[in-house]
Amino acid sequence: MSTEHALTPSSYITHHLTYSTHSFGNGGFWSINMDTLGVSLVLGILTFGLLWWIVRGATAGVPGKRQAAVEMLVEFVDDQVKGIFHGDRNTFVAPLALTVFVWVLMLNAMDFLPIDVMAWVYENILGQEHFRPVPTSDINTTFALALSVWILMIFFSIKVKGLGGWIHELFCAPFGSNPLVWPANFLFNLIEYVSKPLSHSLRLFGNMYAGEIIFLLLGMWAATGLAGTIFGAILGVGWSIFHILIVVLQAFIFMMLTVVYLAMAHESH
Amino acid sequence: MDITFTLIAQAITFAILIWFTAKFIWPPMMSAIENRQKTIADGLAAAERGKHDLELAAKRAAELLREAKEKAADILASGDKRASEIIEAAKVQAKVEADRIIAGATAEIEQEAFRAREQLRSHVSAIALAGAAKILGREVDSRAHNDLLDKLVAEM
Repeated sequence: MSTEHALTPSSYITHHLTYSTHSFGNGGFWSINMDTLGVSLVLGILTFGLLWWIVRGATAGVPGKRQAAVEMLVEFVDDQVKGIFHGDRNTFVAPLALTVFVWVLMLNAMDFLPIDVMAWVYENILGQEHFRPVPTSDINTTFALALSVWILMIFFSIKVKGLGGWIHELFCAPFGSNPLVWPANFLFNLIEYVSKPLSHSLRLFGNMYAGEIIFLLLGMWAATGLAGTIFGAILGVGWSIFHILIVVLQAFIFMMLTVVYLAMAHESH
Repeated sequence: MDITFTLIAQAITFAILIWFTAKFIWPPMMSAIENRQKTIADGLAAAERGKHDLELAAKRAAELLREAKEKAADILASGDKRASEIIEAAKVQAKVEADRIIAGATAEIEQEAFRAREQLRSHVSAIALAGAAKILGREVDSRAHNDLLDKLVAEM
C-alpha cells in the first residue's frame, strides 16, 4: 500500500480496485489493463502449457497420477458436454468448454491470494502501485469471454442453418411464421441475443467482484486494532473457504452456459 | 469499470487458448482415453469368453469322466462275463479230458488184466501139467495130451 495516501476506508478500497492501466491513445477505450491481461496470459500459458506437457506424454496404457488427473478433468468436461450438445463435440465444442472451464477457474482462483500481502509484492517486486490480480473481476475479461461465445453462437447458427435459415429463425421463432407475429418474434430474439452475453458475463463478473469487495471489507477490520485484525482474519478464512465453492461453481456455470448457448445455436426450430 | 482495449486483447488470448486446446490438448487426450477404453472393453470381452470356454471345458471334462466310468464299468462287466465263460469252458474241457483219461485208464487196466489172465492161464496149464505129471508119476507125453490141456486152459 502506498504511503503517500491517507489511509481511509475509501482510499484503501479505491487503491485495491484501481487497475494498472497503460494508455496508448486519446480516447478512454484505447488503454489496456496490464494487470488483467498479464495475469490472464501468464495463467493461460502456465495452465495450458502444463496440460500440453502432460498430454504429450499421455499413454493409452496405465496412466500416471498426473495423466489420471488430467483425464478426470477432460472426462468431466466431456460428460457435461455430451449431456447437452448432440453432435460432433470433439472438433470444437468440447475443447472450447475445457478451455473456458480451466481458464476461468484459474482466473477466479487468483481471488484466493491474500490481497494486502500481494499488494506489497506488486508494489515492491513488480513495481506496480496499483494491481488487480483477479482478471474475472474485470468486466473486460468477462465481456471478452461472453462476446467471443456470442460471436461463436451466431457463427454456428449461420453455419448450421445457413444465413437464410438464421434470418428465417429470427423472424419465425418462437411464435410461428405468420407475418403478424414477425415483429414479436424479432423483438423476442433481439432481447435474447442481447441478454445472453450480458447475463453470461455479468454473472461471473458480479460474483468475482463481490467476492473481492468482501475481502476488502474484511481487510478493513485490521484498522480497528489487534482484536479486529484477528476477527477479520477469521472471517477472511471463512469467506475464503466459501469462496472456493464460488470460484469453482462460477467457472462451471460459465462453461455450462457456453455449451448450452452453442448447443442452442446448433438446433433448428 | 471502463470497457477498454483490454476486452479485445482478452478475446484474442481466449481465441488462441481455444485453438491451442482444440489442436494440442483435447485430441491426444481423447484418443488416449478412447484407446484405453477399447483395450479395457476388449479385455473384459476376452475374460468373458475365457470364462465361457472354461465352463464348456468343465462340462466336457465331466462328460468325458462319465463316459470313461461307463466304459470302465462295461469293461469290468464283460471281463467278469468272459472270465466265467472261460471257467465254464475249462470245466467242460476238463470233464472231457478227465473222461478221456478215465476211459484210457480203464482200457489199459482191462488190457493188463487180460494179459495177466493170459499169463496166468499159460502158467496154470504148465502148473496143471506139472501137477498131473507128478500125480501120474510118469512122463506124460505132452504132445499126446496137448489138445486136452488146451481144452482145459480154454475152459479156465
